[in-house]
Amino acid sequence: MTTTALAPDRVRDLVARVTGDEKHDPSAHSTLDVVRVLYDRVLHVDPDRPDDPDRDRFVLSKGHGPASTYAVLAARGFFPAAWLDDVASWSSRLGHHPDRTLVPGIEIGSGSLGHGLPLAVGMAIGLRGRSPARVVVLVGDAELDEGSNAEAIQVAGRFGLANLTCVVVDNHSDGYGWPGGIAARFAVEGWTTTDVDNRSDDRLAAALNRRDADRPTAVVVDTTRGSEVVA
Amino acid sequence: MRARFYAELDPVLAAHPDVDVVLAVIGAGNLAPVAARHPGRVIDVGIREQAMIGVAGGLALTGRRPIVHTYAPFLVERAYEQLKLDLGHQDVGAILVSIGASFDASTEGRTHQAPADVALVSALPGWTVHVPGHPDEVAAMLHAEAATDRRVYLRLSTGQNRRPWAAPDGRLVTIRPGPPEDPLVLAVGPMLDTVLEATADLRVRVAYTATPHPLDAAGLRSLAGPTPVLAVVEPSLEGTSAAAVAAALADRPSRVVHVGVPRDAELRRYGSAADHAAAHGLDAAGVRRRVEELLGARPGLLAAPGGPDPRAVSPSR
Repeated sequence: MTTTALAPDRVRDLVARVTGDEKHDPSAHSTLDVVRVLYDRVLHVDPDRPDDPDRDRFVLSKGHGPASTYAVLAARGFFPAAWLDDVASWSSRLGHHPDRTLVPGIEIGSGSLGHGLPLAVGMAIGLRGRSPARVVVLVGDAELDEGSNAEAIQVAGRFGLANLTCVVVDNHSDGYGWPGGIAARFAVEGWTTTDVDNRSDDRLAAALNRRDADRPTAVVVDTTRGSEVVA
Repeated sequence: MRARFYAELDPVLAAHPDVDVVLAVIGAGNLAPVAARHPGRVIDVGIREQAMIGVAGGLALTGRRPIVHTYAPFLVERAYEQLKLDLGHQDVGAILVSIGASFDASTEGRTHQAPADVALVSALPGWTVHVPGHPDEVAAMLHAEAATDRRVYLRLSTGQNRRPWAAPDGRLVTIRPGPPEDPLVLAVGPMLDTVLEATADLRVRVAYTATPHPLDAAGLRSLAGPTPVLAVVEPSLEGTSAAAVAAALADRPSRVVHVGVPRDAELRRYGSAADHAAAHGLDAAGVRRRVEELLGARPGLLAAPGGPDPRAVSPSR
């Protein structure tokens, strides 16, 4: 496992190589702090052994925003940073939606919303009792509209999947909002929930490292409260 | 077939430690003893078919071998994008086992019928579709596929043939041989006995497959000969195998009729499966009409002299 912290500036520069946007487009960055902290302080993964059966799984369900994940995986050495310079070209392995069969470190092919959480639930069931690995799935607040997520939240809660964490990156892009809060949707189904923002790496890491012995964990990250991370 | 499937799961789970069963309530009651003998390996997600396929995909991504089971319309149609993405796009496999083939659920109405299931699954890359015609074939297919990591659709039906015929490798099997110039009727799965009854006194050869996708194209070319006159009789949507047959015979002049569940109308009637078979032209009389149409352009083929053809049901495999 790599232990060197990822410098936020370096990761942002890598993201800019994907997006071609020097201004740090917020839509490309709403997930960046979460993914960076996950690979810095939470996940047990090894770029030299991307198929290790006991690796932690990071499941990017919000596949339409892969730039930050690509950047962090490149920074961690899963593939050369040069791959970031021609994303979605004919010869590139990196597309606007990621393909797990093409990219080391990408656990699922995603893009169509509402598939990552059900897949992560299946992974958690498959790993439970067989591996120390945990499964961390990232969804967006608007993505929660998809009914497949409701099914998966219910199944994970009833099955008590302690090895599953769902991170909801809440950039308030859902058109109708979530009366009572997003965390309440998970809590009523038996999940442990935490509300946090992305202004402090320490608080974010603490939330993402939190686990419960007999239930899954939801971490709702409000990315609209702070403009930049405090490293 | 359904009872046999449930009965085979216990030995399959015992023989294959990586196999799990994923359910959406349907079958959970029948499988309670199996679930008790194999703790944690019969996973009922409740009435949540999207999650059922998503969970199966996630299991496969961790090296498990999921067997997924419910009624055909909920397994294939309701969760179709999950089949495409959570299994196919992830490049992982599963064994989907459906009940309620075509109009088996005749008294339930259209909600429980999915005659397009085979066509839909076949439209996705990398799937094998088995349409067994006998419970013994179900057992053999289940055990064989449990040992693979392929994407498999196993379509169980209440209709069945008197005896099993399927070749283990999905190749076409000659049931009623004859001169190579005689027309050929290819029966898929449980349609075989109906085809044999319908054509008992007609000068046709009969072949069988329980694996319509991928179709045994080489076997079909070999059997059909240089100028094929062919009827394909399927228990699923009419023309389900038309593209595969056309591709197999693209290099020769052929005349082909496809017999199956008509695709242009919804039959808003209840009654028995036999009633529906008759209404759809999939009983022996209906199949005979279609085969006679095919033979009509070949004078002398309609009736074989001297009563029923002694070759009927005296196959050489």
